[in-house]
Amino acid sequence: MKEENITTQDIIAEENLVYKKTRLMTDKVLSYCPGCGHGTAHRIIMEVIDEMGLEEKTIGIAPVGCSVLAYEFMNIDMQQAAHGRAPALATGIKRTWPEKVVFTYQGDGDLAAIGTAETIHACNRGENFLIVFINNGIYGMTGGQMAPTTLEGMKSSTTPYGRNTKLMGNPLKMTELVAELPGTYFVTRQAVHTPANVRKTKKAIKMAIKNQLEDKGGLNFVEIVSNCNSGWKMTPTDANQWMVDNMFPFFPLGDIKVDGKKVKKD
Amino acid sequence: MGELKLMKGNEAIGEAAIRAGVDAYFGYPITPQSEVIEYLTSEKPEERTGMVILQAESELAAINMVYGAAGSGKKVMTSSSSPGVSLKMEGISYMAGAELPCVVLNVVRGGPGLGTIQPSQADYFQAVKGGGHGDYRMVVLAPASVQEMADFVKLGFELAFKYRNPVMMLSDGVIGQMMEKVELGEQIPRWTEEEIIRKNPWATTGKKGRERNIITSLDLDPARQEQHNHKLQKKYRQMEEEEVRFEKFECDDAEYLFVAYGSSSRIAQKAVKIAREKGHKVGLLRPITLFPYPAKEIQSMLGQLKGILSLELSAGQMVEDIKLAVEGKVPVDHYGRMGGIIFSPAEIVEVFEEKFIGG
Ligand SMILES: Cc1ncc(C[n+]2csc(CCOP(=O)(O)OP(=O)(O)O)c2C)c(N)n1
Ligand code: SF4
Ligand SMILES: [Mg+2]
Repeated sequence: MKEENITTQDIIAEENLVYKKTRLMTDKVLSYCPGCGHGTAHRIIMEVIDEMGLEEKTIGIAPVGCSVLAYEFMNIDMQQAAHGRAPALATGIKRTWPEKVVFTYQGDGDLAAIGTAETIHACNRGENFLIVFINNGIYGMTGGQMAPTTLEGMKSSTTPYGRNTKLMGNPLKMTELVAELPGTYFVTRQAVHTPANVRKTKKAIKMAIKNQLEDKGGLNFVEIVSNCNSGWKMTPTDANQWMVDNMFPFFPLGDIKVDGKKVKKD
Repeated sequence: MGELKLMKGNEAIGEAAIRAGVDAYFGYPITPQSEVIEYLTSEKPEERTGMVILQAESELAAINMVYGAAGSGKKVMTSSSSPGVSLKMEGISYMAGAELPCVVLNVVRGGPGLGTIQPSQADYFQAVKGGGHGDYRMVVLAPASVQEMADFVKLGFELAFKYRNPVMMLSDGVIGQMMEKVELGEQIPRWTEEEIIRKNPWATTGKKGRERNIITSLDLDPARQEQHNHKLQKKYRQMEEEEVRFEKFECDDAEYLFVAYGSSSRIAQKAVKIAREKGHKVGLLRPITLFPYPAKEIQSMLGQLKGILSLELSAGQMVEDIKLAVEGKVPVDHYGRMGGIIFSPAEIVEVFEEKFIGG
């Protein structure tokens, strides 16, 4: 078919479609900034729930942060938690409904600052649910303040001259930390800025949920290193490049713990 | 008649929870109420009814575990004492906002701060006037005996689910620690999945055969948020209409009224006897619900009264609700002890004579 002969009808014909709206995402327009990783991460989780046929038995927990409205976009039963408390809610649900699939979706401020105790102890108890951790190195929602994961020297609205680790402490590698606990079963760090990374993240989430269904005896923890172009004050493209150049060296991608065993790095 | 046992108040709570078919208890140890979780774990409720008991990492975590399980339609409770209940206030406010049922027990100790482990009634304001942020109310039940500790667990859950709202049991170290005879109720089976879905169609139990359910206290739209607040207020007004509970003692010919709740009411009852022996016509009103407050009952007695004395183990908190009810029509005074000290009946009568009869 010559290019000039293609009609709109051809373009939207079923056999020519390469991308579909995720069935378990609502029609609500995402509240995220264009280029933000949150939307992609939502879609991946909903695709996995859909493909595994778990729509009717899954309960998700939205945090406080930019994704506070995740329940507006994910078309499944959802609860909204107080800042940092999502793992406590998930514990309450999963302990009383062990046959349901439960996940939390949390930012770095939510999970690694105000909710550190809830995160560590849910991991340490080996609660059988999934934590999805969106690490964008900043407090997106409140306007770009320093997060526990803000890199050394990185600027934010509360570190206007860059994070000084002497004054403000060091960026926290929560994922490596929870991998040390006997209660975690699968711990991995992924990203969603390229199609290849999206596929890997989806595989990781599928694995995490499969582990949960099979009650492998530990918590499944998937970090997604993400961007915050608004908070970082960059264009979406620059933000992704900055993430590759600066975030990935400090927060390297890959599995950290699989089947309850730390992955050996050479 | 149910089974009779000699139990501590805190143990009776645990036993009553198992028998009421409660699904889970989440808590964190603190004196003077650690016997609740100790009793529960020793009873192996996972074998008796399948009830879940979990010692959380903090009171913050415990109340949020309660939030999660309650949001999914389960009967869940927690208990603590004053410093721990302060931490639970965040979760209680969120649960009131998200309209989630639960029972929270506060075995009050003296404050402020770490204060003392001895009994007190100084958390009245926190329980009755809000405590957490925002315009919300809880039904507050004040047990005065080990029997009521047990009975109010079941009652608390009935009210919590009727209103989809947290219910607080405001007890204190005296009632929690003392041993009394208690008649225990029959074992009620825990709700099945089918019952939970039928009784709580709002709960997040998995989107099966219906639209999704959402549990949240957030709504950024001011008009809708105001509507939501109006709805909550309407619920609290309904509680005021339907849930006021109190007990009266020697009130028919009373010219003076003592008002006291919980452990204080037991001491006040003795004081009434002593005062009557001395020729003073004194009666006692014991509020059982602190919210909603028996204000109308007090108002209905004003014609016969020359004075009201509020007796509390605090600097005087409930006395403000009495004054609001009385609107200056009758003299209202307060007598209390603090720091974990408990007044004696004779001491109360002495203070009463000093304040109202004159030397
Ligand atoms: C108890 C409490 N403290 C503070 C806040 C304000 N607050 C809202 S979101 C947020 C930070 C969120 O950052 P993060 O978890 O990294 O999520 P992001 O927006 O970056 O996705 C803060 C501090 C709050 N809502 N509640
Ligand atoms: S502020 Fe940052 S994290 Fe929030 S939506 Fe925008 S880009 Fe995403
Ligand atoms: Mg963040």
